[in-house]
Amino acid sequence: MASLKEVRNRITSVNSTQQITKAMKMVAAAKLRRAQDNIIQMRPYARKLSEMLSTVAAGAELAGDSPYNQVRSVERVLLIVVTSDRGLCGAFNTNVVKAAMTRINEAYSDQARRGQVEILAIGKKGAEAFARRGFKVNTTFVETFTKLSFNTVRAAAEEVMTAFAKGQFDVVEIVYNEFKNVATQIIRAEQMLPIVSAPVDPTVKASNVNYIFEPSEEEIIAELIPKTLKIQLYKAVLESNASEHGARMTAMDKATENAGDLLRELKLVYNRTRQAAITKEILEIVGGAEALAN
Amino acid sequence: MTLEIITPDRKVFSGEATAVTFPGSEGQFQVLNDHAPLVSTLARGPVTIQTASGQQTFTVDGGVVEVLRNKVLVLAEAVVS
Repeated sequence: MASLKEVRNRITSVNSTQQITKAMKMVAAAKLRRAQDNIIQMRPYARKLSEMLSTVAAGAELAGDSPYNQVRSVERVLLIVVTSDRGLCGAFNTNVVKAAMTRINEAYSDQARRGQVEILAIGKKGAEAFARRGFKVNTTFVETFTKLSFNTVRAAAEEVMTAFAKGQFDVVEIVYNEFKNVATQIIRAEQMLPIVSAPVDPTVKASNVNYIFEPSEEEIIAELIPKTLKIQLYKAVLESNASEHGARMTAMDKATENAGDLLRELKLVYNRTRQAAITKEILEIVGGAEALAN
Repeated sequence: MTLEIITPDRKVFSGEATAVTFPGSEGQFQVLNDHAPLVSTLARGPVTIQTASGQQTFTVDGGVVEVLRNKVLVLAEAVVS
């Protein structure tokens, strides 16, 4: 049996670990709320944008020759992988990386063998994981989460879009965690470029008002499409951000709980050891007294 | 008329306005009360809002504006006030 001092040290260390996990859980909860607020902030913009697009598209052909819907034979692939910057959030990062690997192996194994799959990492963990696996990793936007705003994501989206328009990539996909609730994340892999279908939401009714379009409808559509692409990436980043904090909250809650269990067990051991020591001491005293009496 | 300026990050302006001047991509234009329905793209430049209490200016970095039934909606990607 462990000595009294060893058990006591163990209890102190588990106790402080529990305090840390409890604090981390609380921090994650606060950050989660902020992340969800960000999503809510973004929604009216996204909704209005798609409303506007369907309004304009109702009167015109959807840009037939946009640089973003050119379907080419797939030679070079860009995968945007959204992970987190920090660990301690359960299987959050592992899951995204695994999903991205599956996607590569299923759909782009030939391109991967030729080394023509590039990863655009948003979040440090993904960058590290793919660099280890020997992929070419673009790390320009790794730091997105240190100061998360639309502007940084917009810069990333613009770079990807120009690269696609110039033919540096033939297909661009985003892999990220979608936030369902605090405990559940759904892994999504969606194609960003070329645009799969018209980004018009069929549930949004186009009004039959006679608008004045300035400049022409086509030009407005050409202007709106890049905006929807940026929003698509921004949405993925925000969802992933909320998911990360949700995952961390759950992981830390579990860790706090486990530390509690461990503490209970250790306290039992501690008390048992203490009692055994006391009994032993009494026996020794009694034995000594009896020896004297004889 | 009511005016709203929104970006993906936040709602920049929301309220009543009497006149708004926009940096349209085809040149500057002004929207007054009861303007006909309009959709226009914006260039980078100042959006000037006349309200009952005074004048306010935001600089938008491109965007779109929609005018419909005295509701003016500006979608901008970034706003520097």
